Amino acid sequence: MKTRVYVTLKKGVLDPQGKAIHHALEGLGFAGVNDVRAGKLIELDLDEGVSEADVEAMCRKLLANTVIENYRIEGAA
Amino acid sequence: MKSAVIVFPGSNCDRDLAVALEQVSGTRPIMVWHRETELPQGLDLIGVPGGFSYGDYLRSGAMAARSPVMRAVKEASERGVSVLGVCNGFQILTEAEMLPGALMRNSTISFVCRDVELSVENSQSAFTSRYSAGERIVIPVAHHDGNYSADRETLDRLEGEGRIAFRYSGEVNGSARDIAGIINESGNVLGMMPHPERMIEPAHGGTDGRRLFEGLLEAIG
Repeated sequence: MKTRVYVTLKKGVLDPQGKAIHHALEGLGFAGVNDVRAGKLIELDLDEGVSEADVEAMCRKLLANTVIENYRIEGAA
Repeated sequence: MKSAVIVFPGSNCDRDLAVALEQVSGTRPIMVWHRETELPQGLDLIGVPGGFSYGDYLRSGAMAARSPVMRAVKEASERGVSVLGVCNGFQILTEAEMLPGALMRNSTISFVCRDVELSVENSQSAFTSRYSAGERIVIPVAHHDGNYSADRETLDRLEGEGRIAFRYSGEVNGSARDIAGIINESGNVLGMMPHPERMIEPAHGGTDGRRLFEGLLEAIG
């Protein structure tokens, strides 16, 4: 079972990497980009018995730093 | 002073920290590998050194904070053993929730490696008693993720409780309220991005870091 965890910076937390990507896009001549936020995608290959609550715990304990980051869990077929 | 320095795969300031501790205290620290589940008995101080533990994978300090030895470090700190985290050590202590907040990528994106001026904000702690409040000192930084971040409530609490040990005198990495180092609630854990162990003898270009270790020696024996 494949599960995806998206880790993103919380709203209001400045994202220097996103800002640099934004500047680089502008430098390449791409117009109309209002903002860029960079995050992480973590793919987990899990046994059937692993529950969503287990994945939640993984996120809270390691995958995301909840001081500055949010996470979103997405089951994939 | 009986001290230990924790060594993670990727630590690179562990020996510098050990040299500084030995020079000031006269006793060689015990080097403790990250896989250990127990610390040597009777420690007064634990040093969590700078470097790139576990290659900074996932987040700086994230893996090291969950390694077996850090459970023992946390327990020791709760018993009152002093803990000094420098640079990656500071990142590890925040990831281990022994200090509040988080250290994010520098606002400039670039790695910053130079001497910086700090102001000593609190000269009452065991770590800073050899400095005077408001004193300007020079200590080098070398980091990519030193941009201290915490919510406003936490920042206000740190300020209100005098738990900001050092502030940058000028802009260095985008840190909230120019925070360079903070102390925990009980006053026995300090995390700081600048490297005091790199400023302990004149050949280093200055000795402003030395007094941190001297103060510790005086406070904890």
